[in-house]
Amino acid sequence: MQKGNGTCVHPGIALGRVYVPQTIPSVLPCAKGGPDAEKAHLHHALHTAKKQLSQLMGRTKAAVGEKDAQIFDVQLLMLEDDSFLSGIHTLIENGKSAAEAAKEAGEAFAAQFAALDDAYMKERLADVLDLSRRLVRILCRARPQPFPDEPCIVAAQDLTPSDTVRMPRERILALVTCGGSVNSHTAILARTLGIPALVGADLPLDGLAGREMLVDSESGSYWIDPDEATKKEILAKRQLAQEKHRELLAYKDRPAVTKGGRRVCVYANIGFPEDARAALEQGAEGVGLMRSEFLYLGREKAPEEDELFCAYRAVAECMQGRRVIIRTLDAGADKALPYLGLEKEENPALGLRGVRVCLADEALFRTQLRAVYRASCYGDVWMMFPMIASVWEVRQARKICRQVRGELLLEGISCPDIPLGIMIETPAAALISAELAHEADFFSVGTNDLTQYTLAADRQNAALGRYADAHHPAVFRLLEMIAENAHRAHIPVGICGALGGDFSVTERLIQMGFDELSAAPGCILQLKKMICESEEVPV
Amino acid sequence: MKEFCYVIHDELGLHARPAGLLVRLASGFGCDIRLAVGTRTANAKQIMSVMLLAAKQGQELTVICDGADEERAEAEIRALFTSEKL
Repeated sequence: MQKGNGTCVHPGIALGRVYVPQTIPSVLPCAKGGPDAEKAHLHHALHTAKKQLSQLMGRTKAAVGEKDAQIFDVQLLMLEDDSFLSGIHTLIENGKSAAEAAKEAGEAFAAQFAALDDAYMKERLADVLDLSRRLVRILCRARPQPFPDEPCIVAAQDLTPSDTVRMPRERILALVTCGGSVNSHTAILARTLGIPALVGADLPLDGLAGREMLVDSESGSYWIDPDEATKKEILAKRQLAQEKHRELLAYKDRPAVTKGGRRVCVYANIGFPEDARAALEQGAEGVGLMRSEFLYLGREKAPEEDELFCAYRAVAECMQGRRVIIRTLDAGADKALPYLGLEKEENPALGLRGVRVCLADEALFRTQLRAVYRASCYGDVWMMFPMIASVWEVRQARKICRQVRGELLLEGISCPDIPLGIMIETPAAALISAELAHEADFFSVGTNDLTQYTLAADRQNAALGRYADAHHPAVFRLLEMIAENAHRAHIPVGICGALGGDFSVTERLIQMGFDELSAAPGCILQLKKMICESEEVPV
Repeated sequence: MKEFCYVIHDELGLHARPAGLLVRLASGFGCDIRLAVGTRTANAKQIMSVMLLAAKQGQELTVICDGADEERAEAEIRALFTSEKL
């Protein structure tokens, strides 16, 4: 048995055989007939690779379009590149087989791309590796492994869109990849399919195909060839979770109302449009925080208005008239948005971030606002601004919203006058919440940032542990103040930070009078149960 | 020898697709064609060389054609950059 770790992008437990798509054999043939024979092998392989790539290019052109197809032309050009070919030849002359040489030359060029300081060009290393792997597969006469008939756990270095298109989705039990991030293709696929997934895993891919694997993604763990005791323990955990879930399902379609008759809405925090369906399945009464970062991260240009609009509309439509609170872009120097041209900061948590970025780059902000307003015709859409600390920020953001809506109306695009709220996540905003309540249509408390700023404890720093305590009395006194000031001005107040899904404080938050709790979809049923069982003491 | 400068407008810089088109075009000429950004240079007929040059938006790219058909090469490369809105 071998245990390893990764980062969870979708929770769950799975047990099954491993399928590894599109790999190259772990043991490559060594040079048998001397350099000349290996060069002859290489010559044939280059010819075959050209034929395959030309076919692929033709198919892509027909299916997707000329522009996408030209990416394969770049790989064809690499096959004719002198430095790449002479790199392979030199390795062969030094005694390597054609397959070994193609692999090593590919890796050497990939390393050169990886060393570039240009985020876009860095990623071209994938093209070089893809090409060298194709050559190696041809030289080893390895065919891509067909997907087995039984359901499998898919393990890979990284999944490409073409990998996932080829795989039968109903037979994928879990995804585990070495590369990838929460924004990767793997993560999006896992959330869409609702299957457990780990990215950034320390997988030993060599010889992994066909072995048994156990994945418990919520705890970030996987086991290869798990022993009976481990299997029993983890599968029992799954059964327990399933039983508990079945019990909680009684609350799915029940509104969350305390015994005293007060309605406390339970909403879901979502990061991707495809999460909306999962939220509904878990009984979410709305979306309390729709993050927009996925639309902006890991790309070279800011998204176009239509792309944003389609994503927001998809969520609004999926929620079928239930409330959807969209947070405007919450970016800063610590997030990889190269096109914003943000200066590197010594202390990004206290830097140009959240609404500050949007007020500084109004064109970026307006594009997003237009998309939100256009999508607001398709459901009950609300919008809120992150990282507010002063009254003038709210006034300025709202002014831009009014202008954007006015422009849309002039263009003949109907869009309702949607409620505009703010996140309360700085101590400043909490302390002036009485004033802010007259400027905003609603509050949503971001408890993670509120905790880090109140306690001066960086939430990314694991060593700070007990210093970054969200249950600290200072945080709770601010929460009381925020709820009280919101209600005095008759505006709704919710929580969308981690405390919203922290069952140990749910009762306290209900007692404080919060109107809405928003948490990860997996927390919703339990929250509904706790609210329905709450003996609220009216204040 | 023919030489011209071109400031890259495309947000992605001299990215993969136009790099490919440039290499295809350049390979059809007999003359020597080199690219330069600052002190770094690349062979316009070799894709790895062009891509590793990683010319970015706002940078000045110098194209140097040297050989019998240098005039035609210069004109056609210039036309490619313009039509590709590079």
